[in-house]
Amino acid sequence: MALRLDPSALDALMPMNLLAGPEGRILHVGPTLAKTRPEGYFLGEDLFRLFRFKRPREVAGPEALRAAAGTPLRLWFRDDPQTQLRGEATACLDGGLLLNLSFGLYVFEAIGHYALNACDFATTDPTMEMLYLVEAKSAAMDASNDLTLRLQAARIAAEEQAFTDTLTGLKNRRALDLVLGRYRRQGTGFTLMGIDLDYFKRVNDTMGHAAGDQVLQHVARLMLARTGEGDTLVRTGGDEFMVILKDETDAAALLPRAEEMIAALEAPIALPDGACQVSASIGLCASTQFDRWEPRQILVDADAALYAAKRAGRSQVAVYAPGMEPSGETPDDKAARLLARPVAPAPPPVRTRPGR
Amino acid sequence: MHGLINKSIQCFLRDTYGAGLWARVAQRADLDPAGFEAMLLYDDALAGQVLEVAAELLAKPRDCLLEDLGTYLVSHPNLEPVRRLLRFGGARFADFLHSLDELPDRARLAVPELDLPRLELVQIDEATFRLDCERRLPGFEHVLVGLMRTMADDYGALVIMECLPPDEALAHVSIRLIDNGFASGRSFELAAGS
Repeated sequence: MALRLDPSALDALMPMNLLAGPEGRILHVGPTLAKTRPEGYFLGEDLFRLFRFKRPREVAGPEALRAAAGTPLRLWFRDDPQTQLRGEATACLDGGLLLNLSFGLYVFEAIGHYALNACDFATTDPTMEMLYLVEAKSAAMDASNDLTLRLQAARIAAEEQAFTDTLTGLKNRRALDLVLGRYRRQGTGFTLMGIDLDYFKRVNDTMGHAAGDQVLQHVARLMLARTGEGDTLVRTGGDEFMVILKDETDAAALLPRAEEMIAALEAPIALPDGACQVSASIGLCASTQFDRWEPRQILVDADAALYAAKRAGRSQVAVYAPGMEPSGETPDDKAARLLARPVAPAPPPVRTRPGR
Repeated sequence: MHGLINKSIQCFLRDTYGAGLWARVAQRADLDPAGFEAMLLYDDALAGQVLEVAAELLAKPRDCLLEDLGTYLVSHPNLEPVRRLLRFGGARFADFLHSLDELPDRARLAVPELDLPRLELVQIDEATFRLDCERRLPGFEHVLVGLMRTMADDYGALVIMECLPPDEALAHVSIRLIDNGFASGRSFELAAGS
């Protein structure tokens, strides 16, 4: 059976067809292909002068192209814009060549370049569906990315809140555990400086909780000013603080720094209802004092040093030594006791789903 | 229900009637004022509640509000992608009408969880159509009327449309096509952003 088709029927089925005679002279191009170049560009021209065949590479004349019938072709316009095309060639009964071409992956550039529209594609060509899908997916992806960004911001804010003491802005116990856990894994050396305010209860009792809170905020600022960027400053609860001094492994060498800290904390503090004064006791314990250490144990030992300083009278510093009597409280019990004072409720978690 | 639908209603109310109205709707419907997230799923009843409260506050019939929502979806500059995606339905308005059968599947291609009511376009004669719409989202046919009216403008077509009385399973919209392209409509270049 020989198929005879009117060129207009061919154009409807394959809007990017190209019909060439046996010698490679272009006889006809489909309407979409025609749109890519000025009028009169194709007709009567040599196919191989207008296009460079990239695959198969040896195709340089009609004979080779006929031999390549049925294999996927890749070709370029020789002049600008050198749009890449894909297609397939068939040998006609009269020795001519019929090429069916497409833009392949370059269709996105081509539709912009050549101002193509829906009518330029065959009804069976899924290009329209592909363009639709790409646009629809990028719109959906935008909405998705938007949501991800907002959730990310909410997560960072929530984490920040979860690791921060809301009164002083210092880190809290959860952060302390996290940092110690990390140093344990990484083998980072440090010294723990436990700080316990003296006479704070008196301020709280005589001047009220509001004044007490102001004192805590004030001493937090003083401590921050005396610690480095790599150090972690934690309010473990009530009037107790813990500094993790990173890379400081000689506890005894830190004595002057601890004494300077106490001196700073002893300076009178101006409050709206008059001045007040507190002091502090400090216990030091370095990670290098142990062959192996565990977060729980080192906190207990730092607490034992602090307890020793307290027993030696107020405003004292003590460095941990083996055999020091533990304060009798585990860090958890201690935190629980100190935190027993009612504090402002934490803000509710960020909700991403409205509704009841 | 998919958050895209809830979020559309929220944006429609906010962009058309102002943030103040949305705040009042949210308060009365007992919602977070920040509203809905487009990519999450919500309880089905929520969208209906929001529409009910808004219709009451605006003293506007719910069907009119839904039709305005349909118009908003394809005409507000923030939602240009929606208009563009619908224009992929075909080169002329009649093609677009026929593409509505595929609308739920197209929507699912874009967002797999988005489950829109089934639509079927029945051609009665050359210029008369009936769109049958599965009654799963109450009032969805009114949204479609607003949307189709605006798309007709977009194509430059002249149409007369009305909602017919629904039966048990289907809502119906009658569509008379006076002119498939009486004026030059808004442009549609396949290349986005051109």
